[in-house]
Amino acid sequence: MSNSGAIGQDPAARVRAHETSAARTRNGGESSVSALTAARLILARDLKLAFRKRSQLVQPLAFFAIVTTLFPLGVSPELSRLRPMAAGVVWAAALLSSLLALELLFRDDAQDGTLEQYALSGRSLTWLLAAKTAAHWLLTGLPLALMAPLAGMALGAPPAAVPGIIASVAVGTVALSLIGSIGAGLTLGIRRSGALLSLLTLPLEIPVLIFGARATELAIGGAAYGVPLQLLAALAVLGLTLAPLAASAAVRINLE
Amino acid sequence: MSDFCLKGENVHLWRGDHHVLRGVRFQVGGGECLQLTGANGAGKTTLLRTACGLAYPEGGEITWCGENIRKDLHAFHAQLAYLGHEPPLKAELTARENLLYWVGVRRRVEQQELDQALERVGGDTWSDRPVRTLSAGQKRRAALAALTLMRVPLWLLDEPTTNLDAEGQKLVGALIDEHLQDGGIAVAAVHHELAVSVANGLQRMELTVE
Repeated sequence: MSNSGAIGQDPAARVRAHETSAARTRNGGESSVSALTAARLILARDLKLAFRKRSQLVQPLAFFAIVTTLFPLGVSPELSRLRPMAAGVVWAAALLSSLLALELLFRDDAQDGTLEQYALSGRSLTWLLAAKTAAHWLLTGLPLALMAPLAGMALGAPPAAVPGIIASVAVGTVALSLIGSIGAGLTLGIRRSGALLSLLTLPLEIPVLIFGARATELAIGGAAYGVPLQLLAALAVLGLTLAPLAASAAVRINLE
Repeated sequence: MSDFCLKGENVHLWRGDHHVLRGVRFQVGGGECLQLTGANGAGKTTLLRTACGLAYPEGGEITWCGENIRKDLHAFHAQLAYLGHEPPLKAELTARENLLYWVGVRRRVEQQELDQALERVGGDTWSDRPVRTLSAGQKRRAALAALTLMRVPLWLLDEPTTNLDAEGQKLVGALIDEHLQDGGIAVAAVHHELAVSVANGLQRMELTVE
């Protein structure tokens, strides 16, 4: 195997190259990347990984479909009886499906040392974890929002309610993913952390469930659903502001 | 040669009741390598993790170029590369993709650089294969390629020769040699002597179990 490096064999030239490179690193560097670029790269990586491990991608969606399909079998096939409970069923199923996927949010990266590398990258861990949470929402929240109207219509929701259902589930799952990232960070070092993760995050997710179900219910009833949707959006913005900071602090504690 | 210096001053760290690091002192300058040895559980990995800021010492301090590393941890981290027991590679991605995402978080990596780094570690024949199909030694070589691509002055290596054949162990020595000649610093926890040839720059420290 050759021992010749890319920089060349002249020791003086290598010293100059290294010191210039080190100086660049110290100063932020022309080849160093911004936190935003690093976050975009992580988002792309997580999406690519998810599409190569499709079983993990399908699991929460299959769970959501199964739960919403079992309800008519268990309660009644009559749409007039199912319609009043459609919003609650869709939201309870969406919340549980989102929880199911949360355990995997940081677990694999913690086990193989990737999170350690992120923490040591010199880039803001908060941004990097926000990117991972964004990927999690794109892979679970967004598909759930697209599936929710189908489940809603199977439970008697009118086609006019579709935009309202999509909007409420899409915005609500953003809040669920962000709140869940804090729980996922806190339970990182615990084996079989699913139950504890649920216990930690469910109380924080109750407001999302209440406002989300209310917005969906109003949309199904043909009424204006703006107010609960705005409250959901406020929760999502609050989560966006605080959750990545809290998640990165939790991850740092667990890496120690 | 360079003004880099990593120094540990009276470092103490406990894990529960176990006093793992007991007043550890060291100083490594540019162009020098510190080789840490000791039995299992002696605290080699703990010392490396403390030196890179992942673990908090309960006593003493670690300084980089004269400043406590905690003063600006982000800036310190931007100047170090830490290689743990297991390389952080994703089984579903190819070695090349893994390197692109791993190093890409720190700096922009050109395709040509990536090719050169992979060729340097003998990865030109397997770099486009998913990591799940690679041997443990090939994964370690891919991690070594990432190390060279990071272009940072401080290398903290935890058993860098694990899973490598004789040729691979020589490669680790050669890479460290080049890094030291470039003015860099290497701190490596090892069970076997490193194959470095920089005669004056190699320091040895043995940690003992309490």
